[in-house]
Amino acid sequence: MPAVQETIERVRKIDVDQYKYGFESIIEVDKAPKGLSEDIIRFISAKKDEPDWMLEWRLGAYRRWLTLEEPTWARVDYPRIDFQDLYYYAAPKSQSGPKSLDEVDPEILKVYEKLGIPLKEQEILAGVRKEPNGEDVEAGDNVYKSGRVAVDAVFDSISVVTTFKEELAKAGVIFCSISEAIREHPELVKKYLGSVVPVTDNFYATLNSAVFTDGSFVFVPKGVRCPMELSTYFRINEKNTGQFERTLIIAEEGAYVSYLEGCTAPQRDENQLHAAVVELIALDDAEIKYSTVQNWYPGDAQGKGGIYNFVTKRGDCRGDRSKISWTQVETGSAITWKYPSCILRGDDSQGNFYSIAVSNGYQQVDSGTKMLHLGKNTKSRIISKGIAAGFSQNTYRGQVNVHRKAENARNFTNCDSLLIGDRCGAHTVPYIEAKNSSAKLEHEATTSKISEDQKFYVMQRGIPEEEAVALIVNGFVKDVIQELPMEFAVEAQKLIGISLEGSVG
Amino acid sequence: MLEIRNLHARIASTGTEIIRGLNLTVKAGEVAAIMGPNGSGKSTLSYVLAGRDDYEVTEGDILYNGHSVLEMDPAERAAAGIFLAFQYPMEIPGVATMEFLKVALNAQRKARGEEPLKVPDFLKRVKEAAASLEMDIAMLKRPLNVGFSGGEKKRAEILQMKLLAPSLCVLDETDSGLDIDALKIVADGVNALRAPDRAFLVITHYQRLLEHIVPDTVHVLYRGQVIKSGDKTLAHELEANGYAGIIEEAA
Repeated sequence: MPAVQETIERVRKIDVDQYKYGFESIIEVDKAPKGLSEDIIRFISAKKDEPDWMLEWRLGAYRRWLTLEEPTWARVDYPRIDFQDLYYYAAPKSQSGPKSLDEVDPEILKVYEKLGIPLKEQEILAGVRKEPNGEDVEAGDNVYKSGRVAVDAVFDSISVVTTFKEELAKAGVIFCSISEAIREHPELVKKYLGSVVPVTDNFYATLNSAVFTDGSFVFVPKGVRCPMELSTYFRINEKNTGQFERTLIIAEEGAYVSYLEGCTAPQRDENQLHAAVVELIALDDAEIKYSTVQNWYPGDAQGKGGIYNFVTKRGDCRGDRSKISWTQVETGSAITWKYPSCILRGDDSQGNFYSIAVSNGYQQVDSGTKMLHLGKNTKSRIISKGIAAGFSQNTYRGQVNVHRKAENARNFTNCDSLLIGDRCGAHTVPYIEAKNSSAKLEHEATTSKISEDQKFYVMQRGIPEEEAVALIVNGFVKDVIQELPMEFAVEAQKLIGISLEGSVG
Repeated sequence: MLEIRNLHARIASTGTEIIRGLNLTVKAGEVAAIMGPNGSGKSTLSYVLAGRDDYEVTEGDILYNGHSVLEMDPAERAAAGIFLAFQYPMEIPGVATMEFLKVALNAQRKARGEEPLKVPDFLKRVKEAAASLEMDIAMLKRPLNVGFSGGEKKRAEILQMKLLAPSLCVLDETDSGLDIDALKIVADGVNALRAPDRAFLVITHYQRLLEHIVPDTVHVLYRGQVIKSGDKTLAHELEANGYAGIIEEAA
């Protein structure tokens, strides 16, 4: 399979420069002073021209946050974070809302170019609309080209440019930065923000509510099938900035949207904090697919540096027959603390969680999902594949909870762990609680090691060692890879190969 | 083609010596049968030839086309043309057989500085090879060896051998777990590959396989050494009288 061979070639290429995205861009940055206080929050809110209700919301969250303790139940170990020693706002300087790529700092575009993000709006703006391979997709009276991806790029704290916006607008889809949504669509933001992850939810989510600087906003109106994949690339550039994005996706009755979030961060010695909140809302018969490919800097070979990723992601299947799927490929970050969850509130609603978590070096992953069955005939499916190599620790932590009134709830859980080498660890911590006797819950879990037998067998056919391991691992994660949007499946396979580099021998 | 000189090999983790001064020469075009009682070192010999790192060579050498292979890893030996058909082929979940064949074939071509095979050419070769082994092409879409019957696994091994076209084929107890029909198909597959520039090392416990793959030479392995060599009549002798006589004679 070509992807596997590409993986190997890619690994070879980055042999010298271990972390490909480890470059730092020299861009003038507009920064708030270090530390966190009501004044800083007022500063952020003022910088973003926010209405008063938003500032009050933030201040409320901040006051709440002051009363909370950092959680310690996850199986991760890191030095205490000094929240007063971080910058909470950093924006590229030339910012006052660029309207086209010409207005964007060329340095920023170079960063995206290095990342290989399809920022091809120049052509669109220049009127070059025809794409050779794009097929026409009917959506209402308009014809769209498929096979393209709309990108909302987040550079440190500010959303730099949103591509394909106009085209999406024709379909009635709103895809913009959350800051813009607060200004332009306050009624939607007021109605839905914090309705899935309340301000009081947990330490990091509350912090995020107080200081979030940007993120994406998606609104797909009733009956509309979003004509293209939506995508956000997050990138943390400025030293010591916490990145606190806030993403809100709403699919009205019968709407459909597929969203991909990709993340990279330059290589650094200091740890950088990332505490995002993502809220998804699916009304009756709506479907949201949320895919994440995360390859933030995991720290160096000695475990120094790397991103702390403390993220709260939750989807609310608010309507009947609604469906939310989380698919994640996690290969980066020094510490991952992340549990994309589904609240299955509507009757016959469905939640899926497909995850690949790869850890190498000294990475620590504590990730999983929560499926809360509240409505009747609700279904959930959890497929988790953890791969641990080097000295890493990889924990699956999941909760399946069937409420008293949730008649005929179904869950299927499958957690497989694969160990490479003998100095890493894999842990599975499932919590299952059923308060309704009609519930049917299945749980399967396996832990295996890439056996010497398997590796020898594959190598005996002429496949070199690292390629052999990549082949076996890609086979192991296949169930999840095929849930990813096609364009990103190949990328994900490559990433897995890259992150396991040096794990053998 | 293959010259094994005074080979000593032990299990790396325990230090137990299994191969104790083994000498063997196999010429191009030759089919050599290796026979011997259980625990005589037959399978170990196949692993050491293929370069499995659970075994350490402490003395002697393995020359393949005149060059020592001891410093080469299993993938390098495979690319150089050494193929091992496993007694117990491994299951590789999630990797379709077809995909595996392609990756393996192209990895070997790359190691030899050749271009990857174009997809239509590859498919043509696979289809032909599968047909000759009476294998259903649909089976090749399944993950390699996962849920395959014993016979299917062995056929898949011969299919790989056919596609990779090695010059030294080591068959480790290929007859084990096969019914007579499957045995015939596998043996026919091997016989079709016999060529003046290719040698076979057929490791077997029983004479049965050698009725279908007729060897040029037969070597008896005991306690990690070749204690007797002869032509195909030696295999008949063993079948009739067992190993005891030969072992006694050698002692």
